[in-house]
Amino acid sequence: MNIKDIISKALGSKNAAAGLIIVVLFGLVALFAPILAPSSGRDAYQMPQGGYSIEPQAPNAQHYFGTTENQYDLYYGIVWGSRMAFKVGITVVFFALLIGIIIGGAAGFAGGWTDEILMRLTDIIFAVPSMVLAMVIAAMLGRDLDNMMIALTVVSWPSYARLVRGGVLSVKEREFVLAARALGASPLRIFAKHIMPNAIYPVVIMASLDIGYIVLTAASLSFLGLGSPVGTADWGQLVALSRNWILGGHGNPFAYWYTIAVPGGALLLFVLAWNLLGDAFRDILDTSSRKA
Amino acid sequence: MFRYILRRLLMLPLVMLGVTFFLFFLTQRLSPEMRASLYIQDPRQMDSLEEVIEKYGLNDPMPVQYFRWLKGAVKGDLGYSESANMPVTSAIKAYLPATIQLAVAAIILVVLFGVWLGIISAKYKDGFTDNLIRFFVLAGFSLPIFVLGLILLMIFYGKLGWFAPGEYSFTADMIIHSPNFKTYTGFLLIDSLLNLNFYVFFDVLKHLVLPAVTLCIGSFALMVRVMRSSMLEELNKDYVRSARARGLSEFKVIYEHAGLNAMIPVVTLASIQFIRLLGGTVIVETVFDYPGIGRWGVECAQQLDIAGVMGFSLMVAVLFVLGNLAADILYTAIDPRIRLK
Repeated sequence: MNIKDIISKALGSKNAAAGLIIVVLFGLVALFAPILAPSSGRDAYQMPQGGYSIEPQAPNAQHYFGTTENQYDLYYGIVWGSRMAFKVGITVVFFALLIGIIIGGAAGFAGGWTDEILMRLTDIIFAVPSMVLAMVIAAMLGRDLDNMMIALTVVSWPSYARLVRGGVLSVKEREFVLAARALGASPLRIFAKHIMPNAIYPVVIMASLDIGYIVLTAASLSFLGLGSPVGTADWGQLVALSRNWILGGHGNPFAYWYTIAVPGGALLLFVLAWNLLGDAFRDILDTSSRKA
Repeated sequence: MFRYILRRLLMLPLVMLGVTFFLFFLTQRLSPEMRASLYIQDPRQMDSLEEVIEKYGLNDPMPVQYFRWLKGAVKGDLGYSESANMPVTSAIKAYLPATIQLAVAAIILVVLFGVWLGIISAKYKDGFTDNLIRFFVLAGFSLPIFVLGLILLMIFYGKLGWFAPGEYSFTADMIIHSPNFKTYTGFLLIDSLLNLNFYVFFDVLKHLVLPAVTLCIGSFALMVRVMRSSMLEELNKDYVRSARARGLSEFKVIYEHAGLNAMIPVVTLASIQFIRLLGGTVIVETVFDYPGIGRWGVECAQQLDIAGVMGFSLMVAVLFVLGNLAADILYTAIDPRIRLK
């Protein structure tokens, strides 16, 4: 099956189409963030603080979604948080995929000891649940956005490396590779021209669908206070800011419902959309589940 | 089969060596003062940090330091956890039972409801019920567990007051720490039964409800999907047709005949998911302030309690690797048609 067939077949399902629409909407919000929520400060990802009162404010004309603890505007946080989600998701997937392709490709093509050593390297990363390992790495590197993305990349590349290696191994024995070899093509040319293009595209599709999962892990880290710095427009952090208010106040247990519903809802929708898309593609590509 | 297990067991120390080396490498970014806790057993030693740094050569080249640490670690000397206020090994002993209790409760829920939903989903394949189940299961998979946990607390603690965070109530705490209450296993559910103290038993069980529900919600997706496809396969087999032909009730055909056979893959999946829940406990225990290994791990990470972080990751890694191996073995043991290479 080629890429066109796979994509058109996957998007034929209602669930996947719904997922795609939501992802595109988030993409538009992220793209037009500077217009939707103009920033005044130097760093637009830093949420402006409207005052110093800690009590959240309910949605009103000034703050469409209300404000959270310490007067961070939820609307601003959601809009720039979408941009942050794509930034984190795309960056991590890109670098994890790059490392995965290089290491997995080398392991599959070279075989022997190279293969053995590189695959044992992936075993080491797989030996700790990815959430736990990401947490530990992020903590030791220090609370910072780049460090969080490094931690996520470190825990993400091994699964891509294994998939690429598997792809290379199966393509390596195909007739067109034997033909190229018989024609006297150099190993490097065979690898770059014949094996890689055919081995990596399912992995590239799978990896890009992992953006939802990566954003979820990133949000978890931020929730624990190990991700983006204080005040960054980041959904996980916004949820963390609601923790002190879940018991409500003024005799109403749900008085501050928006502090959790708004950022939690955005995160849920974003992740769900990617999972709807991912499910459809996974059915077609039929790679066994590999998430820890 | 035997050789495969042997090979995996032989790989285990190598993998652990890799994990610890990697983590130790990361700790080198921190100052020697912060790393001193890796070597001490008694907090009073912290008063003379220079001595500790000198004695354990915390400014030596990294490999030298690593082997010195490894020598101690092999003997079970993992340092002193400042966030737990006790040696790392004691902290693990103190916190692990609560986490296992939580994970067992969660996996029971996953298997019971996952199997049931999977059977229904298969029975009404592609119908409304099937689609509804599949959508909700996927939504559960996409729901961030910290968001779900906070919402459940809002409703069941804030509004209804049914369940509270923590591992047990204040009254139960008094009983557990009274001299009459004997600790046998460290698992409060078991210990309370052995003490014939049903108040504590139900109190602990009640406190397990919300964390267990939160922890398991993301695991249904895979369980229902596997059960559904396994069930569909069984329903197409000849013995189901003959059971129907013999006039058995639909209930018997579905639950007793096809259902039981379709559960074979569920057993392996459950053992794998049980291990995977460990990653989730980190967040669930933090949200519910549940004193298990996960909450301790988060505290260690937040406070940069290096001895704690190392001990926690090491323990999780050992559990994770052994658990995955056990799942593999179970997989072949339960179904003789499968043979590992």
